[in-house]
Amino acid sequence: MELTINSVEQVKKRRIVWGLSVLLVIVFLFSFSAGRYPVSPGQVFWVLADRLLALDLGLPGALTTVVLEVRFPRILAAALAGAALAGAGAAYQGMFKNPLVSPDILGATMGAGFGAALAINCSASLMGIQLAAFAGGLTAVFLAYKISRMIRRESILVMVLGGIIIGTCFSAGIYLIKYLADPYDKMPAITFWLMGSLASVTGREAMLMAVPVAVGFVPLLLLRWRLNVLSLDDEEAQALGLNTSRMRPVVIACATLMTAAAVGTCGMIGWVGLVIPHMARFLVGHDYQVLLPASFLLGSIYLLLVDCLARVLFSVEIPLGVLTALLGAPFMVYLMMRLRGGWI
Amino acid sequence: MLEVSGLVCGYSRQPVLKNISFTVEGSKVLCLLGPNGSGKTTLFKTLLGLLPPLQGEVRFAGEDLSRWSQRRRARAIAYIPQSSTLPFAFSVQEVVLMGRTAHIDTFATPSPHDRELAQTALERLNIVHLRQKVFTELSGGERQMVLVARALAQEPRLLVMDEPTSSLDFSNQYLVLERVCRLAEQGMAVIMSSHHPSHAFLHANQVMLLGRDGRMDHGTPDSILTEDNLRRVYGINVKVANLSDGEHSRLRFCIPLPD
Repeated sequence: MELTINSVEQVKKRRIVWGLSVLLVIVFLFSFSAGRYPVSPGQVFWVLADRLLALDLGLPGALTTVVLEVRFPRILAAALAGAALAGAGAAYQGMFKNPLVSPDILGATMGAGFGAALAINCSASLMGIQLAAFAGGLTAVFLAYKISRMIRRESILVMVLGGIIIGTCFSAGIYLIKYLADPYDKMPAITFWLMGSLASVTGREAMLMAVPVAVGFVPLLLLRWRLNVLSLDDEEAQALGLNTSRMRPVVIACATLMTAAAVGTCGMIGWVGLVIPHMARFLVGHDYQVLLPASFLLGSIYLLLVDCLARVLFSVEIPLGVLTALLGAPFMVYLMMRLRGGWI
Repeated sequence: MLEVSGLVCGYSRQPVLKNISFTVEGSKVLCLLGPNGSGKTTLFKTLLGLLPPLQGEVRFAGEDLSRWSQRRRARAIAYIPQSSTLPFAFSVQEVVLMGRTAHIDTFATPSPHDRELAQTALERLNIVHLRQKVFTELSGGERQMVLVARALAQEPRLLVMDEPTSSLDFSNQYLVLERVCRLAEQGMAVIMSSHHPSHAFLHANQVMLLGRDGRMDHGTPDSILTEDNLRRVYGINVKVANLSDGEHSRLRFCIPLPD
């Protein structure tokens, strides 16, 4: 009898994940309609069907261009970036045994931003920007982790402070690059990209971004149940039979790769990696077996919606990073009030 | 089952314990006693493979334990820490399920069979009612019971407990140890450490008394826990007495004496 209750809970959580998947598809399709040029969901359906099935419907050229060349790349990029940042945030939180870390707080975002800014300044290729972002992100996380280990091993506060210190250094580096960059060409490019914009993402960039996101996400998805065990005290996890020294670097590399892919393509979009995993915990609980897929889907949905807002709110588009910060900060206050500091 | 011979353990060429030899068989409970800093935790870490032995060897079922992988070792030996601090609000069921880590493939998630075993572990300890509760919100005694359940889900042949009762109240100290010793009767070997010599009289078949000077006495509780030995190890006067009640007159206990 107890066993049936057991599986009922599992089924319920699995249903929420399926529900989120369906919601993601719906939001993905509807977000084509947001923007100055009016496109109805029906038109989106026909344009996509026309392209995918080669129906040759003779649709208006402007419509096809807006849907496929203007909106599709940015929508794909938004969906991927949201999923990557939220998935990376959830993984970092489990691995560092700390519910308050995220790609931004660990300095990974800033590190990746620094790497990418440097690459843009050197007129590097798309691939070069991605690689530089990954290297920068990895360096930042490694340094933040080292600092916290050096001072005190198990302190949540020290970890957060370590991340802030490293983030500050890399952000100073970014300012320096901007200051030294060519003011007519490179500096505006870096500035707009840093604010988090999807307007300039091309189809090729969006496709190229999917590769590192997938490479980072698949191992995490396979290891997701073990993230629960990794969040325990190291010696406890080892006594349970987990090879922590082998699993930790894999998780760091995957989460940082996903962060870097998002930052390298879409700029610095903050708060998603911190806020979304906590939202997902409200929905499905703390078990990483469902939490990780739920964070991934929810992050995707969230950034798609934020991007829609960015397009329709004012006549001028608002940078994405500005909106995620404005939405994320109040949510974090709500979260901390709800927990009453119980996690710190 | 577990044979320790000539073991020297400690941290990077600084031995804490020297020349440790003992064996533990199934269904037996070995209680480790000694003051703070006498090396109890160090010995446990070495047995669990968290610390490499500096000399000597630990054999399990005739095989050298240091050649075993972490996973294989965890299938044979389970560990119950003094307390567990979880960073997330895992449910009791999820915590107990983590005991299955060594049995679940690296890229897999728990199977219905694993969930069944977690459930059985809760049933054996009579804590099924806690299943949906959040671990971090439980009382100390309940938490410790959940950690015992997690160790049971691991299906070990040897259970290692480092001061499992140090943060528990009077009744829970007894209840947790009582449950564990019942489990030992079904074939599992148990090694635990404690700060209360009386625990050894109540629950253990064997005692190992560690002194700060590295001296080690090993034998039955009655032969080792003498007033002289306890005074030497703990540095205070101790009275070892039998209960004068008729029904429980075989029960022994220790009590510190004023000078």
